Amino acid sequence: MDITYTPEEQAFRAEVRRFLAGKLPKDVSAKVLEGKRLTKDDHERWHRALNEQGWLAVHWPRQHGGTGWGPVQRHIFDEECAAAGAPQIIPFGLSMVAPVIIKFGTEEQKRYYLPRILDGSDWWCQGYSEPGAGSDLASLKTRAVRDGDHYVVNGQKTWTTLGQHANMIFCLVRTDPAAKQQEGISFLLIDMASPGVTVRPIITLDGEHEVNEVFFDDVRVPVANLVGEENKGWTCAKYLLTYERTGIAGVGMAKAALRHLKHVAAKQVGNGRPLVEDPSFRLKLAEVEIDLMALEMTNLRVVAAVQGGGVPGAESSILKVRGTEIRQAITDLLRRAVGPYALPFLPETLEAGSNLEPVGPDFAAPLAPQYFNRRKLSIYGGSNEIQKNIVAKMILGL
Amino acid sequence: MDFTLNDEQRMLDDTVTRLVRERYTFEQRTRYGKEARGFGAEMWALLAELGLLSVPFAEEDGGIGGSGVELMILHQAFGRGLTLEPYLATVVLGGGLLARLGSPAQREAVLPGIISGETTLALAYAEPAGRYDPLWIETRAEPTAGAHRLTGRKAVVLHGDTADRLVITARTAGKPGERAGVSAFLVDPAQPGVSVRGYATIDGLRAAEVMLDGAAAELLGEDGGAADALEAVLAAGCVALCAEAVGAMDAACELTLDYLKTRTQFGAPIGRFQVLQHRMVDMRIALEQARSMAILAACSLHLPAAERERKVAAAKVLIGNAGRLIAEQAIQMHGGMGMTEEAAISHYAKRLVMIDHWLGDSDHHLARFAALPAAA
Repeated sequence: MDITYTPEEQAFRAEVRRFLAGKLPKDVSAKVLEGKRLTKDDHERWHRALNEQGWLAVHWPRQHGGTGWGPVQRHIFDEECAAAGAPQIIPFGLSMVAPVIIKFGTEEQKRYYLPRILDGSDWWCQGYSEPGAGSDLASLKTRAVRDGDHYVVNGQKTWTTLGQHANMIFCLVRTDPAAKQQEGISFLLIDMASPGVTVRPIITLDGEHEVNEVFFDDVRVPVANLVGEENKGWTCAKYLLTYERTGIAGVGMAKAALRHLKHVAAKQVGNGRPLVEDPSFRLKLAEVEIDLMALEMTNLRVVAAVQGGGVPGAESSILKVRGTEIRQAITDLLRRAVGPYALPFLPETLEAGSNLEPVGPDFAAPLAPQYFNRRKLSIYGGSNEIQKNIVAKMILGL
Repeated sequence: MDFTLNDEQRMLDDTVTRLVRERYTFEQRTRYGKEARGFGAEMWALLAELGLLSVPFAEEDGGIGGSGVELMILHQAFGRGLTLEPYLATVVLGGGLLARLGSPAQREAVLPGIISGETTLALAYAEPAGRYDPLWIETRAEPTAGAHRLTGRKAVVLHGDTADRLVITARTAGKPGERAGVSAFLVDPAQPGVSVRGYATIDGLRAAEVMLDGAAAELLGEDGGAADALEAVLAAGCVALCAEAVGAMDAACELTLDYLKTRTQFGAPIGRFQVLQHRMVDMRIALEQARSMAILAACSLHLPAAERERKVAAAKVLIGNAGRLIAEQAIQMHGGMGMTEEAAISHYAKRLVMIDHWLGDSDHHLARFAALPAAA
């Protein structure tokens, strides 16, 4: 038993740090660390920097342009990226549709789509949830009817993250309404520029435009855009859910947030002393730090098991539940740390380059919006209740 | 990064796990608890025979030089069986401090008896006014010709009523709370200056209040310089307790899960009800976090003191909280049965809640953790 990193792994960490110091755009990392909002261009610049280094597709097989890294390397990479303030890689192309195409797609689909994901030609978004199909995803109703060498798609998707930037969407659509719920679903790739596709913003409670509704009105999609077999889309959906989930704990992001919390608490003053010296605040800080230590160790246990050839199963659900609870707890403390200055809400100050003078300390403005924004963590990607159902069934046999 | 056991550790794990599984049924434990010393004499002899009492001691002391991981392996198995034997008191705490501080002659005089199972020890470090602070020592040690004389009172000494020898902390200088002036002594409890009031603890063990009135004592190590060794030994004790808690949590989760699958109400096993499923998942998540921290603590035992103390304190906090959650939910989900003495689960629950009261509870260690600076 040895919980330290090998010299090779430490050297790899140093290499990642050097790369981040040189190639992560400074203005972008500053925005991330200060909680400012990112533009499409910010994401694309970081995407390009990673692609030039060959470090973009960290979990694809090498033959398709992946890094061939093991789980420990991927874990180190995630941790260092988060610490440096790198934007999260938009997962929909790289981590979601690409693995499905690699596993179930035709050679032609692989040849066409994978390079376009790497070079940024395509920005993908995800068409899973519908107004009537959230946790009960298999009840989705968006309909695709075969008409010659096309499908005609009608219906509505929702919670489409960054769909406003996307030119492609992968969708679960119903191709056989007579079949049992999960058996009549297909996995379809749709060009957002097709006639009949409409994107409408959903403004979230923090004032941000992050998610959208996407409407399909007689949208014609070539049959060549079907991935896998017709009516076997649920297999793709399930595969996507089990694929590469060791990063799901978000340990790197939680550590970065905890560092930020300590920084804020050192600058906030109350009762004539920094907040970080307030005994009751210190205990709250210590509690969440200890929870994070335990999560990190649990994550490393799973990472090491995967490195040893294991497949992460329902353990991912445990990591998702704890990881999101801890990140939410940190954003809660961050909001509380700035006291009354959590109240002023000036969305303009969240945009980089805003000339509007912030009210209160400059780090205070994003904290309440972020707290509300991070409530999503326990809802998306399979709500934490759904994760508990999975653990109950898969691990406990209930 | 490697969370697997090596061959020797796997053998140790097999040995102790099988021993507890085969020889430490719930009924057997109940019988052992009624023996004169409150634990199984034959089990203690068996632990000695299997060489398990030598595990943490250095090779030159007749041990096998086991690390924190070996300690974790042993105590995790002990926790599964809720064993009553004074391994922690004799080998880890009393023996541990003696091994760290004692001269070659002192070690030669006592350690072989521990390893052979003839001698049991207890570490009397806590005091009534000290709560969980091991440096809050009011007991005084006066040097006299030939020996020191100890006067004071030691509180809730684990297995203090049956120990053949006591290792006792006392001040040769300084004020309560100070590091300097803390000394450790070896004391024979069968002398006029020592009176021991033994009692049962609610988690099935035995403990004692030890009153000292000019008791003759033999100094272990440097006069006034025992604080570092004391902390190191208490850290090892925490590693053992954390592992023991994980073993007990593991068993408590298993018993509860089994109950959810077999107990029928409203025409179905109660494990069909989502509210109970989610609670069981919460218990399982708590168990996994606890297991992670037990590993972290065990692997930190050899680190420099500052880093070791921080990680061990963190583990004790998390495991104290996880143990209470699992204990309370286990009783709740067993319903009325969880309230009875005849059900094993109630004994696991008591041990899990009370384990937090040994060697500093989660509040105590949380405050320590908050005060200890993080490594750069």
